[in-house]
Amino acid sequence: MIAVDLPYWAQSLLRVLGGTVAVLLPAGTIVYLFLFKMMSFMQSRLGPMEAGPYGSMQLFAEVGKWLQKEDIQPENADKRVFKIAPLVVLVSTFLLVAVVPFGPDAYFTDFEAGIFYALAVSSVSVLGILIAGWSSANKYSLLGGLRAAGQLIAYELPMVLAVIGVVIQAGTMNLNQIVAAQNAGSMFGWDGLGNPYVLTQFVGFVVFMIAIQAELTQAPFDMPIAESELVSGYMTEYSGFRFLIFFIAEFATVGVFTLIASVLFLGGWGVPFAWFGWESLGDVDNWMNVVGPLVMITKMLALSGIVMWVRFSYPRLREDQLQRFAWKVLIPVSVVNIMVTAILKVAF
Amino acid sequence: MSQFLRDYLTVVWFGAIALVLGGLLLGVAALLRPNKPTAQKLIAYESGVDPVGDGWSQSQVRYYIFALLFVIFDIEAVFIFPWATQVERYGAFGLVVMLIFLILLLDGLAYAWKKGVLRWV
Repeated sequence: MIAVDLPYWAQSLLRVLGGTVAVLLPAGTIVYLFLFKMMSFMQSRLGPMEAGPYGSMQLFAEVGKWLQKEDIQPENADKRVFKIAPLVVLVSTFLLVAVVPFGPDAYFTDFEAGIFYALAVSSVSVLGILIAGWSSANKYSLLGGLRAAGQLIAYELPMVLAVIGVVIQAGTMNLNQIVAAQNAGSMFGWDGLGNPYVLTQFVGFVVFMIAIQAELTQAPFDMPIAESELVSGYMTEYSGFRFLIFFIAEFATVGVFTLIASVLFLGGWGVPFAWFGWESLGDVDNWMNVVGPLVMITKMLALSGIVMWVRFSYPRLREDQLQRFAWKVLIPVSVVNIMVTAILKVAF
Repeated sequence: MSQFLRDYLTVVWFGAIALVLGGLLLGVAALLRPNKPTAQKLIAYESGVDPVGDGWSQSQVRYYIFALLFVIFDIEAVFIFPWATQVERYGAFGLVVMLIFLILLLDGLAYAWKKGVLRWV
């Protein structure tokens, strides 16, 4: 459907550039809009105001500052592994964004089992966090790394199980077709809104949002970082730009996870197809490739706003409360959700 | 090359650009940053108190049990996914079979719960 026919290398180049934008733009937006400004307003202060209008250039000032920071590697650390760890986390973020569709033809990859791939590579970042914790030769780091591993393991399951509900409803694991299934669908014969799964899979949506909150180690699930007890958890020994890579990767992953959540539950890049008389994915007009990314970013900002709002509002859970919540509440609820979804799907 | 393999090649490019970007930024930082290590700076940071012992230790056995539980549930999820894409084709028969499977799964969780494995402390 794309009018121009590009050679393979040019397509790859475009994809890679687009992927870099898709990682860095949400990260920057989330940090400025929510971490700097929303958090400040919620705490009755102004936040950064000096660099640029309303402090909007603060991010560049921060990067400039971190570039000049000394890179300290503790004597006892396992130096080579210590240096690799932030890059592993960054790579996992980039691998994750590769699967997100931004329009009918504006996607990086079109896997048949797209959501399966996303769930698989999302656990790569745990490896980075674990090796960061272990190689630092610091008790706080080790504790933080272990907590992160225990937590990410526990909340991976509700996330996977919540996604199964969506897959049952859509009947496909391809993310573009999940988007199409939602926008071409109808609720009780009314198609003015399509069938966004946030309404018909509400339990799954809530479980998924809680699980990604924990996967992203945002408060109230920030036991691995827990600055009042563990200094900075697995990042304690990192300074200078290596720390900033962890930081960028953290917020970029917030962006990517909420992008995936908006694909699964909010209808992704699409608008309800009935508005323009489209029937299926093939009918979608070409201009959706331009409007689609904007729709995606709007939905991403709404969802990451919720993630950050919860982060700034709730106190930290204790480690045993956190594990109990995952194993005894979220996992049974999401398994029951799968059963109910499947029964309704077969019955109707 | 088939579309399937090309998609995976794109994934490889994405991994590569992450490494290039990270390496580039670290390279620029290496040119700009000072480097004055002192013995005090290189000690493990424990809020200003000199560290006692080293930072390595054995982990609690409960991590192992939780890891085992995770592996069990994660593999079950791999079995559920293919059925989930074809729920309508398998119809009532597939539904009953999968419900039995899921109830067995919950039964396993209930057993672990009753045994006290899910208690963290």
